[in-house]
Amino acid sequence: MAAAPARNIGNWWFAAVLIAALALWFAGKGTVPWAFDYPKAWMIPAMQWVGGFSKWLVDQAHFGLFTFKELTRFLAGLVDFPYRIVLSLLATGFLEGQGSAAVQIVPPLPWWAVTIIAALFGHWAGGRKLALFTTACFLFLAAFRQWDSAMVTLASILVAAPLGTIGGILLGVACYRWPLFQRLIAPVLDLMQTMPVFAYLVPVLVLFGFGPTAAIVATLIFAMPPMIRVTLLGLKGVPGEIHDLAAMVGCTQAQTMWRVLVPAARQSLMVGVNQVIMLSLNMVIIASMIGAGGLGFDVLTALRRLDFGAGIEAGFAIVVLALVLDRLSQAAADKLGAPQASTEGRSFVQRHPHGVAAAAVAVMAILLAYMAPVLQAYPQALSVSTGAFFSDVVAWINVNYFDALEGFKNFILLNILVPAKRLLFTVPWIGAVAVLAALGFKLGGWRLAVLAGTLVFLIAATGQWEKAMITVYLCGTAVVLATLIGVPVGVLAADRERLWRGVQAVIDTLQTLPSFVYLMPVVMLFRVGDFTALIAIVAFAVVPAIRYTVLGLQKVDPSLIEAGRAMGATPWQILSRIRLRLALPDILLGMNQTIMFALSMLVITALVGTRDLGQEVYIALTKADIGRGIVAGLAVAFIAIVSDRLIAGAAARQKAGLGLA
Amino acid sequence: MLKSMTRSMTRGLRGAMFGLVAAAALAAATPAMAQESTDPIKLTLHDWTGQLITTNLMAEVLKKAGYSVELVQADYLAQFAGLEAGDLHVAMEMWETTGRDAMDASTATGKTEVIGPTGMQAKEEWWYPTYMKEKCPGLPNWEALKDEKCAEAFSTAETAPKGRYLGGPVTWGGFDDERVAALGLPFEVVHAGTDAALFAELESAYQRKAPILLWIYAPHWAPAKYQGEWVEFPAYTKECYTDPKWGSNPDALYDCGKPFGEIWKVGWAGLKDKWPGAYKAIKAFSINNDEMGAMITKVDLDGKSVNDVVAEWMAANEPRWSEWIKK
Repeated sequence: MAAAPARNIGNWWFAAVLIAALALWFAGKGTVPWAFDYPKAWMIPAMQWVGGFSKWLVDQAHFGLFTFKELTRFLAGLVDFPYRIVLSLLATGFLEGQGSAAVQIVPPLPWWAVTIIAALFGHWAGGRKLALFTTACFLFLAAFRQWDSAMVTLASILVAAPLGTIGGILLGVACYRWPLFQRLIAPVLDLMQTMPVFAYLVPVLVLFGFGPTAAIVATLIFAMPPMIRVTLLGLKGVPGEIHDLAAMVGCTQAQTMWRVLVPAARQSLMVGVNQVIMLSLNMVIIASMIGAGGLGFDVLTALRRLDFGAGIEAGFAIVVLALVLDRLSQAAADKLGAPQASTEGRSFVQRHPHGVAAAAVAVMAILLAYMAPVLQAYPQALSVSTGAFFSDVVAWINVNYFDALEGFKNFILLNILVPAKRLLFTVPWIGAVAVLAALGFKLGGWRLAVLAGTLVFLIAATGQWEKAMITVYLCGTAVVLATLIGVPVGVLAADRERLWRGVQAVIDTLQTLPSFVYLMPVVMLFRVGDFTALIAIVAFAVVPAIRYTVLGLQKVDPSLIEAGRAMGATPWQILSRIRLRLALPDILLGMNQTIMFALSMLVITALVGTRDLGQEVYIALTKADIGRGIVAGLAVAFIAIVSDRLIAGAAARQKAGLGLA
Repeated sequence: MLKSMTRSMTRGLRGAMFGLVAAAALAAATPAMAQESTDPIKLTLHDWTGQLITTNLMAEVLKKAGYSVELVQADYLAQFAGLEAGDLHVAMEMWETTGRDAMDASTATGKTEVIGPTGMQAKEEWWYPTYMKEKCPGLPNWEALKDEKCAEAFSTAETAPKGRYLGGPVTWGGFDDERVAALGLPFEVVHAGTDAALFAELESAYQRKAPILLWIYAPHWAPAKYQGEWVEFPAYTKECYTDPKWGSNPDALYDCGKPFGEIWKVGWAGLKDKWPGAYKAIKAFSINNDEMGAMITKVDLDGKSVNDVVAEWMAANEPRWSEWIKK
C-alpha cells in the first residue's frame, strides 16, 4: 500500500483544518467579521467583466471577413433549414411565401399517416409489440387533442436530437484522438451541463435570433455534453484486441475509428442518444418561453389560467413523446447492431418492406389531403378530455385536507428547514473554503484541493455567498430527503421484477413530466415558498437516487450473496454487509446525479418564490443583464462541480478500498 | 414562385403585383399599399390571455390591410433582445407597471421605439376577497390594515402575529417591502415566483374562504371571477416615489399606492420605414379596459377560444378597425 502514508497526511490535514474552522465558527462574527461577510472592497467585479465581454462579442468581435454575430447567425441558418422541413412535413405543410400571406402548396402529413409511419418504424425495429405501443402513444396524442402542438415539439426534438448526437459523437471522437482537446473541453462540458439555462438565454437570443432556432441551440448546449462524455467513455472501453485486429487487417486511422471503434462502442453510444432525447424533452418548457411553441407553451398558458386538467394533458403528451422516442431509438439501435439476414436475390421492395410501405402511406396521405381534406384532422367527436376533473380533485383536497397538510408543512418547516437555513447563514466563507479544500486534498490530492478551494472562494469573491448558502440549504435538504426516500425504494425494487417495472414507470414520468404541471397544484396546497420548492426538487432528484441504487444492487455478483447465505448470514446482514457495501460506489454516483438534478431544478423553484441563485439568474434574465446572469449561473455551476469532484473522489476511494477498481 | 417573380419585376409593377397576390390570398383585402415590404410582420405572443387577444386583434387588422403577419411566442422581457435586432417587430402589451424599466433600457439603445398607448390602463394594487371585510371591517381604507387584529386575521403560522401579504414575483418590482415599512403596516411581504403561483394561492384561499391579501392586476380574469376589492392607499404621485417628505411618513419614499398606467405598444425602430402603413395602423390601435375584460372573461372563464372571441370583435367593430387602416 504505497498510497497509505499520503492518505494519512490527507486525514491529518483535514482534521486540523476542520478544527480550526469550527473554532472560528464558534468564535462568531464579532471576532473576525471579514471571515463571515466578504468585504466589499475585495470584491471581484466579474459581472462588469462578463457584461463588457459579451457586449464586445455581440457588437464588435469579428474574424476579418465576418463578425462573430454573422457566424452565429449562419449557424442558426444551418439549424433552421432542417427544422423548417420537418416542421412543414409534420405541422404546417409546405408553404409559398411567408407569414399569414403564405399559401399552402403541400399539406402536412395528417395524424393517421404519421401514426402509421411511426408504427411501421416500430414494427421494423422492434416487432409487433413495439408497433402497437407506438400506435397507442400517437393515438393518445390525437385523442387528447394535443396533436398540433405535439407535432411542433416533435419537429424540434427530431432536429435537436440527431444534431446533438452527431455533434456529440464528433466531439467525443476528437477528445479520444487528441487528449489535449479533451483537457481543454472538459471544464466547458461541466459548465454546459451545470449552468442554469436562463443564465445564457439572453446571449443565445442575441446571437442566434429569436424563435425556434435559438431554442434548439439552447437545447443543444444543455443536451450535448452527456453524448460527448459517453462517446469518449465508450471508445475508451473498446477492448484492446479489437484495436489489434484493426491494426492487423491494415485499417487506416480513419477506418479504425469509423469502421471499427465507433461501431464497437455502439452500446454506450445508445445510452448517450437516450440521454440527449430525455434532456431535449426537459427543455421543452424553457424552449417555449423563447419561441419554440408546442406543448411547452400549452403547459404554460394552461397553468396561467389555473386549468390543471389542460396542463396535465399537455404535460403527459410530453411524457408520451419521451417514451415513444426512447423506445424507438433503443429498438432501432439493437436492430442495426444485430446481424442482418442475407438479402441477396430479393427485390428492392422485399428488402425494404417497411420503408416502401411508409413512403406509400405518405404519398397516399398527401394525395388524399387534396381530394378529401376532411381526413386531415382527427375527428372532434372522438376526442376526449379530462375537463375540470383534475381541478376538481385539487379543489376537493384543498377544501378538506388543507389544515392537515398545513400542519405537516409547518412541522417540516420549523423543525428542519428553518434551523438548517439559520445554521448555514452563520458559516464563515473562509472556513468553508478551507474545509472543502482540505477535504479535496484528503480525497483526491492537491489538484482537487486547489480546484475546490478556488471555486468556493470565487463564489464568495463575486458576492454570491448568501444566495449560494440558500441554494446549498435548499438543495442539500432536498438531496438528503431524496436519498432517504430513493435508497429504500431502490432496495425494495431491486429484486422484485414487477415492483421495479412499476417504479420505473413512475420515475420515467417524474423525469419527463414538466414540473410546472404539478407545481401549481402544490402551490395551492402548500403556498409559495421554500417548502413547495423542496417538494419540486425532491420529486425530480429522487429519480437518480432510485435508479442508481437498483443498478448497483443488481450488479452485485450473485455468487457473493450465495457465499454469504452459505455462511449463515441473515437477510439483513446480506443486505447491509454485502449488497449495499458492494453497491456503494454506484449509490454514490447516484447521489452525485441526485445533486445535479437538484441543482438543475433551481430554475423552476425560482418560479415559486425562493431567494436563491436560481432567483438571481431569473431576475437577471428578466432584466436582460448578461453579466449578472452568467455570474450567478457560474456560482451554481461551481457548487455542482465541487460536489461532483468530491463525491467522485470519495467513490474512487471506496472502490479501491473494496478492491473493485 | 410568385414571390420570386415579383422580385424580378420593376418597382412599379411590384406594387400592382402585390395587390393582386394579396387580393387573391385574402378575398376581403382592402387595396394594398405600394412600396411596402411583403415580408411578414412578426408580433410577439406571451403567456397571458389578454395579451394573446390584443395581439391576435392587431394581427387580424393587419391582415385585413393586406399585410402578412406572423405570431411568435416570446418571453415578456427576453423579447427585447429580438426587437432590438429586428428579429421581432411588434410587442402589443408592455405594461407601465411591470415593463417600464426594460422598455426604457431598450428604447435608449435607439433600436426600439414606443408606438403609443393601447388605450388600456394597467391597474395593480393590494386586493382582498370581499369575505375578508367581516374580519377587518375598516377596509378598503388602508389604515384598517394597521390594526393588529386585522393584520392577525391575514396571518399564517410563519408570519404570525404579522399579517401575510403575497406580493408579485420579485421581477415585477413594485416596492411592496418598502411600502410596508414606510406605512408602518404589521405585515410580512412574501413574493410569489410567477403570476401562476399568485393566482393558485388566491384560488386555494377562495375555495376555503380563507384569509388572503395579495397583488392583483387588471385587465385580468381574476377580478371578474372572484368577488373582492382593492385596498385604497393614498393615491400615487410622482413625488411620493422621489421625495421622502411627501405623504404620511416624512422620512420614507413609497408611502402611497402603486402607480396605475398605460399599457404601451413597443416595436422595432425599423418598422415605420419597412411597413409605414402597418406602423400607422398599429399606432391607431386602441381598445379599452372594459372591452378587454369582457373578452378575457369569455376565454378564461367561459372556455371560448381566443380565435372565436377575436373574430366576434372583428365582426362587431368593423367601422372602428377600418378607420385604423384607412390611407
